[in-house]
Amino acid sequence: MSYLSNTYLFLILPVVIVVYSLFPKKCRWVCLLVASYLFFYMISGKLLACLLFTTLHCFVYGLLVKKYDDQCSEALLEENVDKKEVKKKYKHKKKVALIISIFIQVGLLFVYKYMPFFLGNVNTIAKWVGLDVELKIHKLIAPIGLSFYTLEALAYMVDVYQGKIEGEKKIHKLALFLAFFPQIMEGPIDRYDGESALFQGNPITYEGLCYGCQRILYGLLKKIVIADRLNSVVKCIFAVGATYTGFTVFFGAVCYTVMLYMEFSGTMDVIVGSAEIFGIKLPENFRQPFFSKNISEFWSRWHITLGAWLKDYIFYPVSLSKGMKGLTVKIRKKLGNQFGPLVAGSVALLCVWLLNGLWHGAGWNYIFFGIYHFALILFGNVLEPVVKKLADRLKIDRTKLPYRILQALKLFILVVIGELFFRAETLSEGFRLFSAIFENFTLKTIWDGSLMNLGLDIHDFTIIGITLVIVFVMSVLKEKGMAIRETVAKKPLPVRWVLYLALILFIVIFGAYGPGYKAIDPIYANY
Amino acid sequence: MEKLLEILEELKPDVDYKNIEDLVDGHYLDSLTILSLVAEIEDVFEVEIPTVDIVPANFNSVEALWNLITKLQKDE
Repeated sequence: MSYLSNTYLFLILPVVIVVYSLFPKKCRWVCLLVASYLFFYMISGKLLACLLFTTLHCFVYGLLVKKYDDQCSEALLEENVDKKEVKKKYKHKKKVALIISIFIQVGLLFVYKYMPFFLGNVNTIAKWVGLDVELKIHKLIAPIGLSFYTLEALAYMVDVYQGKIEGEKKIHKLALFLAFFPQIMEGPIDRYDGESALFQGNPITYEGLCYGCQRILYGLLKKIVIADRLNSVVKCIFAVGATYTGFTVFFGAVCYTVMLYMEFSGTMDVIVGSAEIFGIKLPENFRQPFFSKNISEFWSRWHITLGAWLKDYIFYPVSLSKGMKGLTVKIRKKLGNQFGPLVAGSVALLCVWLLNGLWHGAGWNYIFFGIYHFALILFGNVLEPVVKKLADRLKIDRTKLPYRILQALKLFILVVIGELFFRAETLSEGFRLFSAIFENFTLKTIWDGSLMNLGLDIHDFTIIGITLVIVFVMSVLKEKGMAIRETVAKKPLPVRWVLYLALILFIVIFGAYGPGYKAIDPIYANY
Repeated sequence: MEKLLEILEELKPDVDYKNIEDLVDGHYLDSLTILSLVAEIEDVFEVEIPTVDIVPANFNSVEALWNLITKLQKDE
């Protein structure tokens, strides 16, 4: 089941909205929690036990750290104690609890998601070195949202350890935070603060319902009209054994990039819209990524919550570890500001991108995807002063539109190449597809009719083109800071309803469903 | 405060540090500059900035950074 299925949109969500509004304010969290567990059970069945275990683990860990903090405070009140020693002793205890807890949670993730990949590689290495050993590989079915709620649980544990938040005393709050049904499958990856609107039982208001439904409709437009339609082309070109070459392969990678963006950001619109109906504001995951100046900025606008998680819990802890900090100061004194932080930054960045790649899937193509972006960001940082000097010498204004358009084009091509490897079934298939782009490459492919043999006809491409223009215009308005929904809300009632009906009809008429189309399975729900 | 301004000017010149209040959110300071900044502040002011304090709110203005440094000096 996906968030864009009829079961979710026309059964689960409306039923929960009705039941939620019938509950008294104080007990509304019960409705959300029961709905979340039922939703989880409908998809993953008994694997609900994994989520319950993680919830209980977070709860017990939080209480344990709180107990150590209280004991430390009491010990500090005693006379004639070495305060530094006392603090050190309890910090050590908390660190041990944290390390064991991280080990358990990452271990669970490893068993469900990475074990077959790991064992497969062990078997390959054993074969290489001539060992007659073959480990049996059993692929386990992972509970839904495992990669998402595990990161939320880890963030909670680290935040409690660092004293950023207190260990939660009410287990139901942690349970709802980790299980909230609109975000359990695909994020966004939220941070626990104990004060979320999740627990406040906000009433369902006319404004919340309108804004939520608008957001859901916009998500459906992206997913059903564009992403599901492009699925035919993508499946055709990326099929194992397909022999497409030249521009057609590049076109396939472009289609996949657009499809992925429309699918994931469209699903996010449905998720954020669903939560908005309950008066809950979830963090945004996208901020017009293709308007970025460079690849580094792109990743601060695409899957924002994953990037922020990796920055806070991997990048800074690694780059600001004692050894790295000393190294930064030393190198900075020798090589200057540009290259000073580059060594520590690069080591941390490599960790971030290896984990980013692996988080998306257990496969060498995902690891390559991570290293590819690491290399792009690293070169971007190293070359930035050179590019700046060159632009100054050639008197090129880097803020002017022609330069920005070229910059956006370069960024788009780099992203498309990365996504080609990301979508390929294996790394070697990715390299085969990449090299196939340069075989028989000719722009004639655009008008000689070849692209019409990929499962879509001229009408499909026209609908995709028109809808992309709509999404582009909306993105430009958002980038310029326009509050689109608030502007629509100020329009007279007939104008608003004409807009809503036009949007609904557009989706119903031009949506890619029925014979000849196959909706995409939720891509990010599998990560 | 003057010493902090000197460090910032040296790390990334041509930024109006006295008036800008979105140094991180406005992309004036990137992650690598923050690495240098943290290492330099720790060296000069003899404090240890925990990663939990490396959030935009503490780095968005010189004043916020100065408040963080004085808070950490008191805690030491």
